[in-house]
Amino acid sequence: MIPAPFDYRRPGSVAEALELLASPGAALLAGGHSLLPLMKLRVVSPDVLVDVGALAELRYVRLDGDTVEIGALTRFCDLVVDPVIREHAPLLARAASSVGDRQVRHRGTIGGSLAHADPAADVPAAVLACGGVVMVHGPDGARRVHTRDFFLGRCRTALGLGEMIVSVRVPRQTHWGFEKFTRRALEWALVGVAVAGESVVLINMGDRPVRAGVTEAALRQGASIEQAAGLAAWNTDPVDEPHASAGFRQHLARVLTRRALQRAAGRVPGGLS
Amino acid sequence: MKVTIEVNGTVTSHDVEDRTLLVHYLRDTLGLTATNVGCDTSACGACTVLLDGESVKSCTILAAQASGHMVVTLEGLAGSELHPVQRAFRERHGSQCGFCTPGMIMAVVSLLRDNPKPDRDEIRLALKGNLCRCTGYQNIVDAVEAAGS
Ligand SMILES: Cc1cc2nc3c(=O)[nH]c(=O)nc-3n(C[C@@H](O)[C@H](O)[C@H](O)COP(=O)(O)OP(=O)(O)OC[C@H]3O[C@@H](n4cnc5c(N)ncnc54)[C@H](O)[C@@H]3O)c2cc1C
Ligand code: FES
Ligand code: FES
Repeated sequence: MIPAPFDYRRPGSVAEALELLASPGAALLAGGHSLLPLMKLRVVSPDVLVDVGALAELRYVRLDGDTVEIGALTRFCDLVVDPVIREHAPLLARAASSVGDRQVRHRGTIGGSLAHADPAADVPAAVLACGGVVMVHGPDGARRVHTRDFFLGRCRTALGLGEMIVSVRVPRQTHWGFEKFTRRALEWALVGVAVAGESVVLINMGDRPVRAGVTEAALRQGASIEQAAGLAAWNTDPVDEPHASAGFRQHLARVLTRRALQRAAGRVPGGLS
Repeated sequence: MKVTIEVNGTVTSHDVEDRTLLVHYLRDTLGLTATNVGCDTSACGACTVLLDGESVKSCTILAAQASGHMVVTLEGLAGSELHPVQRAFRERHGSQCGFCTPGMIMAVVSLLRDNPKPDRDEIRLALKGNLCRCTGYQNIVDAVEAAGS
């Protein structure tokens, strides 16, 4: 399977990337591990591919007071081993380590994963749970979008035409839990849960990463972890498929939420490997 | 477009279509056919090569993305003797039909670089992106364990 023809461009800076992105039919290419498979299937056929994958200026992790800032081109494998991430945003290291396989993690980036906005993706849910903010550059300058307003639907985001993610800022958060249920090792989450502090986000339980709001409210009002987790599937609308019914997924959401909350509360062992 | 990629220690440079995948550059342009195409959907790992020392699936990378970088394929591993991972696969019968083997070996070389002595669970987890339909994986895990010790 070979993609339809396109012009390949490799900009040397963010400014140049934005310029190229303004041309009709242009698309950004980061790690290419969502985009290239879609292009090979000819689901999408951009006319111009703007390869930002090599922009070293967007590959960094730094601590800025109580905030961890992560360049958009930071790869999953970088998140897994980065000492700042492991200490100050361990949920992101854990979520990144569960993406695909080693080969995929050597290529896929945090910016690409957020922009692709697959509701089954691991890292976007973790960033939302942490209360992350997406830093965007575009034709009209820079703006910041809170992850709570960023995901608009299945593979739909608040990014406008010609805009790109340059970095993600997440508040320090060291109480975390992460659970992912897959049928086979290599697969995406059938259901997953990311917990950071007080916030609980479900993976693949709707058309975007979704906050388990009822569970969060119950916890705030003093419910036990078991009681609160029992409410995790409220207001969720998971897909119903022959191999995993909606009811089964809701069951998984409750069980995985309990485990993730127990992990976050330090009641069960298990850290980063 | 012109791509320039160092492959197995030799700088190669060719005019290719912008949409050329790295695996096709290796197989069709350079004639290095150890790297296989299995699924062509980023799942099986048969096309695994090293890009700047890291395992990647060459069916999911453009030759253009690899331009200016270093690639090692199975052909580039052995010197006058087999690479230790190749030797371990041969001694432990880690290969049957051999289709997955080149990609499997490249994935193992990358794994052992990051984790020189992985235990059996770590080996299985690290190789989840490499499918083998013959061996049942047992002998592959044996081979990696042997190569790591
Ligand atoms: C075999 C396999 C298994 C996988 N398993 C998982 C899994 O278990 N969990 C999981 O979460 N993901 C999984 N993925 C997807 C994943 O790893 C992708 O890499 C990731 O979703 C996209 O990141 P990327 O850098 O590869 O983006 P690309 O594919 O390069 O781009 C994806 C989209 O984002 C846009 N984009 C890229 N960068 C930016 C930016 N900086 N600003 C704005 N737009 C941008 C592109 O234009 C494109 O539309 C898997 C992929 C494969 C191939
Ligand atoms: S051929 Fe590349 S992963 Fe299967
Ligand atoms: S040896 Fe035949 S697929 Fe692995």
